[in-house]
Amino acid sequence: MLIRTKSDIPSSEITPKQVYVNRRTFMAAAVAGLAVAAGKRAFGDTGKGSTPPLEKLATIASPLSTPGLTLTPYEDITHYNNFYEFGVNKDDPARNAHTLKTRPWTVKVEGLVSKPKTFDIDTLLKLRPMEERVYRFRCVEAWSMVIPWAGYSLSEFIRQCDPLSTAKYVQFLSDDNPKQELLPWNAGISWPYSEGLRMDEAMHPLTLLTFGLYGETLPNQDGAPVRIVVPWKYGFKSPKSIVTVKFVRKQPMTTWNEMAPNEYGFYSNVNPNRDHPRWSQKRERVIGAPIWRQLQPTLMFNGYGDQVASLYAGMNLLKYY
Amino acid sequence: MNRRWILALKVCAHIACLAPVGWLLWRLWLSVSSDPSALGPDPTHTVTFFTGRGTLRLLVISLAITPVRRLIPKLNWLIRFRRMLGLYAFFCGCLHLMTYLWLYAGFSWSAIVDDISQRRFIVAGVAAWLTLLPLALTSTTWSIRKLGGKTWNRLHRLAYLAAISGVVHYWWGVKTGVKTPLAITVVLGMLLAARPLLNWRAAQRKAAEARGIPVG
Repeated sequence: MLIRTKSDIPSSEITPKQVYVNRRTFMAAAVAGLAVAAGKRAFGDTGKGSTPPLEKLATIASPLSTPGLTLTPYEDITHYNNFYEFGVNKDDPARNAHTLKTRPWTVKVEGLVSKPKTFDIDTLLKLRPMEERVYRFRCVEAWSMVIPWAGYSLSEFIRQCDPLSTAKYVQFLSDDNPKQELLPWNAGISWPYSEGLRMDEAMHPLTLLTFGLYGETLPNQDGAPVRIVVPWKYGFKSPKSIVTVKFVRKQPMTTWNEMAPNEYGFYSNVNPNRDHPRWSQKRERVIGAPIWRQLQPTLMFNGYGDQVASLYAGMNLLKYY
Repeated sequence: MNRRWILALKVCAHIACLAPVGWLLWRLWLSVSSDPSALGPDPTHTVTFFTGRGTLRLLVISLAITPVRRLIPKLNWLIRFRRMLGLYAFFCGCLHLMTYLWLYAGFSWSAIVDDISQRRFIVAGVAAWLTLLPLALTSTTWSIRKLGGKTWNRLHRLAYLAAISGVVHYWWGVKTGVKTPLAITVVLGMLLAARPLLNWRAAQRKAAEARGIPVG
């Protein structure tokens, strides 16, 4: 019997053909697409905002991408989401996130910076060349994916923000507009969703300012139009649809840490040695894999220890979980 | 209710209990043979919740039989279905336990010991299964005769304990904010309240009869 599963297909076949066949052509196409988008904006939208269709993002290869991994199918990445603004169940965001208007969109930069600034999403899209970064993604709920993100290092953006030397942490706030998001009461979250990183974590080249996946702009349910991805931390440390970036002196309040400090630490580095009080973190279920091959061991720092372990030298990671 | 009807209903009940298991096996076969997404993006999670919810539902239905009979004496014949439903609940619970042992613990003894010693939701789940085990073992007519009706009845009240442990296990297992166990909790709560309420009503009637007042 021939058993052919999705995960047998090499990633080169899954990656949209156009993305790798001729990147230059598509770079041009992307620029044209951006021009069209800019034109649309210039020539009178009612101002209520819109949700543009997904666009191709021309990406360049990156040495920071993780080689040799089987990509999670696009269908699963976009239909199995934790995005509580749109409901607490995994299939809620794909169903409900269409109300999110991603144009116009700005990211405000405030706090300990030489001068507060506001960046337009179209400026951010062009700030740096987009890189394709294939990263492992490990949720605190003990499931995992492999996702080909598109973006550039957050550090590139932070340099543009000009933070003061007194800034020790950076806080991210997600959009919390009740006209666009459900913000369900039963999630128990006080909106907006807030996340934060230590400055050196935020400046680490692996930390990605993310605009797309699978060579296209992010679908709303995955955090359009711009989100953070920190591959060595549990997924909830990678906030979606961000509108504010704030540089602060003290460790900022972060949503899950505030809700259940004994379950979700500020650092929340992927750590198989520190179990969640309610389940083991030693193993994980691979999303999209057949049932008998789902279980796999979880790696320290989600497999990025060589790059990031030095950030935590001398820290007791069982205490600072 | 005549014998033929009971037989027909029993066949229906068997089909109703086995159909979901059949569905699960069919999806499993599909995911092996052609469509790896047949059980959803997280098949382990799908199977776990499917079998877990199934166990609780069957358990609650089997617990509902006694109050329903007392409320509507015409439906006395329902008692003939209780053993079968209870056994299906246990069967479903065994599938659920197997899911855990295979897909979560990977049949690793150390992982199981780790879970039992550290995780209260696993403890509650194991407790529920262990409570059901003696009930399944003493479900034969021979056991009822051997134990005597009274002892057997008292033993089988453990079914309530199993259901409570199961619901606690469910709440402890889901993450903060998820309210899916609410429906089954409300139903179980009603069944737990029904027993003393029906006892109280019966006592009232008895007292009234003793005083010679006719009861409507």
